[in-house]
Amino acid sequence: MVKLIIATIKPFKLEEVREALTEAGVRGMMVTEIKGFGSQSGHTEIYRGAEYAVNFVPKVKIEIVVADGMADQIVETITKTAQTGKIGDGKIFVLDVQQAVRVRTGETNEDAI
Amino acid sequence: MKLKNSLLVGAALAVLPTFALAQDAPGFDEIGPYIMTTLLFCMAGFLVFFMAAGFAMLEGGLVRSKNVTMQMTKNIGLFSIAAIMYWLVGFNTMYPGDFNGYFAIGGQTVLDPVGVAAADAALDYASVGSDFFFQLVFVAATASIVSGALAERIKLWPFLIFVVVLTGIMYPISGSWKWGGGWLDAAGFQDFAGSTVVHSVGGWAALAGAIVLGPRLGKYKDGRVNPMPGSNLALATLGTFILWLGWFGFNGGSQLAMGTVGDVSDVSRIFANTNMAAAAGAVTALILTQVLYKKPDLTMVLNGALAGLVSITAEPLAPTLFGALWIGAIGGVIVVFTVPLLDKLKIDDVVGAIPVHLFAGIWGTIAVVFYNADANLGTQITGIIAYGVFTFVASLVVWFILKAAIGIRVGEEEEINGLDMSELGMEAYPEFSKG
Repeated sequence: MVKLIIATIKPFKLEEVREALTEAGVRGMMVTEIKGFGSQSGHTEIYRGAEYAVNFVPKVKIEIVVADGMADQIVETITKTAQTGKIGDGKIFVLDVQQAVRVRTGETNEDAI
Repeated sequence: MKLKNSLLVGAALAVLPTFALAQDAPGFDEIGPYIMTTLLFCMAGFLVFFMAAGFAMLEGGLVRSKNVTMQMTKNIGLFSIAAIMYWLVGFNTMYPGDFNGYFAIGGQTVLDPVGVAAADAALDYASVGSDFFFQLVFVAATASIVSGALAERIKLWPFLIFVVVLTGIMYPISGSWKWGGGWLDAAGFQDFAGSTVVHSVGGWAALAGAIVLGPRLGKYKDGRVNPMPGSNLALATLGTFILWLGWFGFNGGSQLAMGTVGDVSDVSRIFANTNMAAAAGAVTALILTQVLYKKPDLTMVLNGALAGLVSITAEPLAPTLFGALWIGAIGGVIVVFTVPLLDKLKIDDVVGAIPVHLFAGIWGTIAVVFYNADANLGTQITGIIAYGVFTFVASLVVWFILKAAIGIRVGEEEEINGLDMSELGMEAYPEFSKG
């Protein structure tokens, strides 16, 4: 079995998380710059004297596909590294992957990652 | 060897005419001031010309990226139209010589003949070409003020038609009242380099346009102000620095003479004061926005520097450096408080042109009385009101005529999509994604 781990983190934590995950044995990841809101919600800024709401906060989304047995350790690594203790640290989701295929060789599932 | 020979020949050539013409040619005492003042006009004119680039960059940085091509088109269009209109009618309307003091439409500008003889030149002043060029770059600055305030929603051609009227007729007529030796000059009104004649005039025209045109879609909704942050604050900062540089020509050249020790020293004195006022305006806005909003606002600091410059423009010579400092600082205060004030009145001025050029221009014109003994508060206010009423009313009339005849505003969909694609079919940054 293969798991997909989706983590949204604060952008400035990306490099630290990447290093920690590489050390933990992760061999690939997908990274996307995203915007959104959660319990942190937005905040307000002032431009030329007028206050305006920033409704979406910038985040980085990491997607990692790993073998079943590694998932807990990866989640723990991300949690530990990306944590600041302040609101807006992000979320992690773990999903089952029905099938994984390596395009170059046609290998499937655990062999493909 | 070759170089040495040519140097010798050059030296001989330089000496020969002096011998040949020594008896009847005018000496340097007679032609020196003319040469130096002409040089001042040329160099100061180049600097003020470059302010066109400053306005373009400031406006290009403060509009959203979907309107940048349009803003650049308006800027190069307005400068070029001003140059042609000022030749056609503007220059001689503004400087008609003897006239009734209120109004005289002049004809085309005619330059000095090629290789004009000293006896035929205006030895007490400067060449026509240098004077004409120096004056025409000022009128272009006035038109630039209007383009910034009305950005992001006005159609191209109605704007350019307004520029034709402003630079060919309106600005030259009101300019003649002071600089052409008209009724306000006779009354003792003081405006050294144009806090009122140039900057307030642009501001009044912009204010009339902003009122007739209305705010950008979504700028004021449900009693709230929705900021529309500019696309590139690096360009806006570059533009401000270019304007700051250009202002040395604007104010320094307005000494209108460089033929004596006193005149050339005055030019340098003006440079120092001009710089001080800009710095004071910027620092004031920096501190004030930090205190009021908890974070400094760069766009306000840029406006603050420009407001400092406008404030000192009516009298850049007489004040001490400390005088320039506090006059410029008040300009910075004016900007920080009047930008939100205009928003309260739902007058949408995209780049802060009205606070910078109109409000600080009025302040600068009043501030003349503190250091110039020839100035009188009543006369200064008379001048401010006269320029205001004439320019504001004339501009309103022109804007309303344009609105009725051809419409001045793009449609809703065009405005949302951006003027670059809807009016020009050309984006400033075609490789960036929409945002």
